[in-house]
Amino acid sequence: MNTELVGSIAQIVMMIVLAYPLGRYIAKVYKGEKTCLDFLAPVERWIFKLCGIDPNVEMSWKGFLKALLTVNLFWFFWGMFLLYFQQYLPLNPDGNAGQSSHLSFNTCISFMVNCNLQHYSGESGLTYFTQLFVIMLFQFITAATGMAALAGIYKAMAAKTTQTIGNFWNLLMKSTTRILLPLALIVGFILIMQGTPMGFDGKMKVTTLEGQEQMVSQGPAAAIIPIKQLGTNGGGYFGVNSSHPLENPTYLTNMVECWAILVLPMAMVFALGFYLKRKKLAFSIFGVMLFAYLASIGINTYYEMNGNPMISAMGIDQDAGAMEGKETRLGAAATALWSCTTTVTSNGSVNGMHDSTMPLSGMMEMLNMQINTWFGGVGVGFMNYYAFLIIAVFISGLMVGRTPEFLGKKVEAREMKIATIVALAHPFVILIGTAVACYYWVYNPAFVEAEGGWLNNPGFHGLSEMLYEYTSASANNGSGFEGLGDNTWFWNFTTGLALIISRYLPIVGQVAIAGLLAQKKFIPESAGTLKTDTATFAVMTFSVIFIVAALSFFPALTLGPIAEYFSIY
Amino acid sequence: MISTLFKSLKLTVAFCILLSVCYIFILWLFAQVAGPNKGNAAVIELNGKVVGATHVGQPFTQDIYFWGRPSHAGDGYDASSSGGSNKGPSNEAYLADVEARIDTFLWHHPYLKREEVPAEMVTASGSGLDPDISPKAAYAQAKRVAEARGIAVDKVMALVNAHIEGPLLGLFGPQKVNVLKLNVALEKAVAKNHEDGIK
Repeated sequence: MNTELVGSIAQIVMMIVLAYPLGRYIAKVYKGEKTCLDFLAPVERWIFKLCGIDPNVEMSWKGFLKALLTVNLFWFFWGMFLLYFQQYLPLNPDGNAGQSSHLSFNTCISFMVNCNLQHYSGESGLTYFTQLFVIMLFQFITAATGMAALAGIYKAMAAKTTQTIGNFWNLLMKSTTRILLPLALIVGFILIMQGTPMGFDGKMKVTTLEGQEQMVSQGPAAAIIPIKQLGTNGGGYFGVNSSHPLENPTYLTNMVECWAILVLPMAMVFALGFYLKRKKLAFSIFGVMLFAYLASIGINTYYEMNGNPMISAMGIDQDAGAMEGKETRLGAAATALWSCTTTVTSNGSVNGMHDSTMPLSGMMEMLNMQINTWFGGVGVGFMNYYAFLIIAVFISGLMVGRTPEFLGKKVEAREMKIATIVALAHPFVILIGTAVACYYWVYNPAFVEAEGGWLNNPGFHGLSEMLYEYTSASANNGSGFEGLGDNTWFWNFTTGLALIISRYLPIVGQVAIAGLLAQKKFIPESAGTLKTDTATFAVMTFSVIFIVAALSFFPALTLGPIAEYFSIY
Repeated sequence: MISTLFKSLKLTVAFCILLSVCYIFILWLFAQVAGPNKGNAAVIELNGKVVGATHVGQPFTQDIYFWGRPSHAGDGYDASSSGGSNKGPSNEAYLADVEARIDTFLWHHPYLKREEVPAEMVTASGSGLDPDISPKAAYAQAKRVAEARGIAVDKVMALVNAHIEGPLLGLFGPQKVNVLKLNVALEKAVAKNHEDGIK
C-alpha cells in the first residue's frame, strides 16, 4: 500500500489511542484528584501567594467570566505595548522594526483570542523578545483560558444544582502547568533532536555550493512550535508555518506536530466522559466529530493525491499529486490530512499552502471552520458543540413532544435564545465581512488599489480568498489563503473586530448557559426523559449542525470553490 | 476591576518567568546537548567549509548540479523570507508559468519525454525552501549532470540511489532525495575520480 496513506492512517490512530488516557488524566486534573505531576503544586501555590490570589474560592458563573475577561483585557494592553515598541526591546539580533499601529492591533488581538491570524511574516515582523514574551506566552495562556472555561462548564454539567462553577485562576494555572507545559516539553525535545533550531543567534550566513550568499533565519523555534500545535494556536514561527523545513524538518516531526494539533481537543471530549462519569455520552459526541473529520480527510486526500487536472492536461507526470505549495518530504497525503486537522480544530497552522489546494479541498477547509464544532479549539471547540447540543435537545424535545431536558436540567427560552445567538453570530460575521469586502472590491476599486490590490488570484478563487479570510478569523483559526495581501488597514482592522466578536461572544454565551442550567433544580431521569447519549441523538445533533452550516454558507461556497471546481474538472 | 487588573499583571509576570524563561531555558539547554548544531540549523560541510544548511534548500542553476524545485521565497530560495506562490489551481497566469517551466525543463533535458517530466519540478514548494526532490526527479536529471561532468551516467545513477531516503521506518511517508547532500556527494566523487586519475 502507498506509504503516504499508511503514514496518514498511523497519525490518526496515534491521536485517538493517546487521547483516551490523556482525557482520563485531564478529568483528574480538573477534579483536583491525585496525579503524577503533583510535585508542581508548591510552585503553583507560591505563584498564587505572590499574586495575592486565593485559588480555592468558588466563583459564580458571572464572577468566573469577569475574571476571564479582565485578564484578557490586560493581555491586550501587554501585547499592544510590546509589539509596537519591539525595536527598542532586547533580543533583536536581526534588527527588525516595530509593528504599525493597525498591524499590532491585529496581531495582539489575534494571539489574545487564540486565533493566530498572521498578517506579518515571523522572520521579519517579530523579534526574539516578542516571539517569546507575547506570541509564545499568549499561545500558552490563551489556550489555557479556553480550557479553563470548558473545565468550568464540566463542573456546571456534573453538579446536580450549584451556584458556583469553580475558580478561574486555579483552572487557568492547572491547564498551563499540568497539561500544556509537560506536553510542550516532550514535543520540543523531539523537534530539537530532529533538527529544529533552538538558539538565540541571528541569521546564519552561508555560502552555497554555487557560491551565492544565503541568509538562513533561525532562533528559538523549537520552543514555540510545540505550544503552537498543542494549544490550537497555529501561529507559525516562520512565515510559511510548518511547511518550513526548519519548523518541520522530517516526516517524523510532521507526524508529531500533526498529532499535537488534535490530541488535546480529542482528549477534552473523553475528559467530559470521565468527569461526568458518562462515557457513553462522550463516545457518541466523539463519534459524530470523528465521522465528520474522517469524511473531510477522505475528500481532501483524494483530490490532493490525484493532482491538478489542468496540470494533468499538460501531459506531464503528476504521480506525486498536486505539489504546488507542498513539500517533497511530507507529500500530498500528509498535507491533505493536516489541512483537515488544522481546520476542524481552531489551530490554523499549515504544512502546505491552502491557497493552492484543489477547489473542493479548499471548500472542505472552509466548511470545517464554518461549522467550527468538530473537535474545535482546546476547550472552546467542545463549547461550540455544547451550544448545538442545547439546540438539538430543544428541537428533538419539540419533535417528540417532551420537555427538553439535558443532563437532568430543563432547557428553557433563555438558554435557547443564548444558544441561537451564539450559533448565528458565526455565519453572520463571516458572511457580512465577506460581503463588505466584495462591495469595496467592486464599487471602490481605487481604495482596493491603494491597499495593494488584495487578491493574488482572479475569478472564483479570488472570492474564496476573501471568504476564507473571514471564515478563518471568525473560527479563530488563523490559517489563510495566504495569497491575500492582508497586511492593510482594511484587513487588519475588520478581521480584528471579527476576532473579538467570535471569541468572546461564544465563551460568554456558553458559560452563561452552563451556569444558568446548573442553578436549576435537578430532575432525575425517568422513562419520559429524552436520551442524549444514543446513536439517534448523535445523528440528530449532526443534522442540526450540518443544516445550520450548509444553509448559511452554501450560496457563498457555490460562488467560490464549487464554481471553480466546475471550471477545471 | 482595578484589583483584578493588578492581579492579572502579577500573574502574567509569573507566567513569563515560568514559560518565557524557565521553559525556554530547559529547551535551550537540551538543544546545546542533543541538538545537531547546538541550537542552530544543522549544516553540511565540503572540504571543511560550510556549504549550506542541511534542511534548507538552495538555488542550483548550473548543469553540473542536480536542481531543486521552483521557489517563491523572496527572489528564490531566500531563507530569510520563506513563501509559497499561493496560486490557485485555476489561475491562468499560473498555468502559463507552469507550461513555460515544462518547456525550460525539457530544453535542458532533451532526452526526456514530456510525460517523464515530474510535476514537482515545475511547481513551487510551499516554503520556497524545499530541500528535497523525489527519486524520479533525480533520475530525470542524472543524464544531464553526467554529460556536464563528463562522467558515466551509471556512476551518477548509483550516487542517486545511494542518497534515496526511504519512508520513516520503511512504512510512513514518501521517498526523497536531499538535493544539497546529493550535490556535495557528487563533488566528492568527482574530486576522488580526479585524484585517482592523477595517480
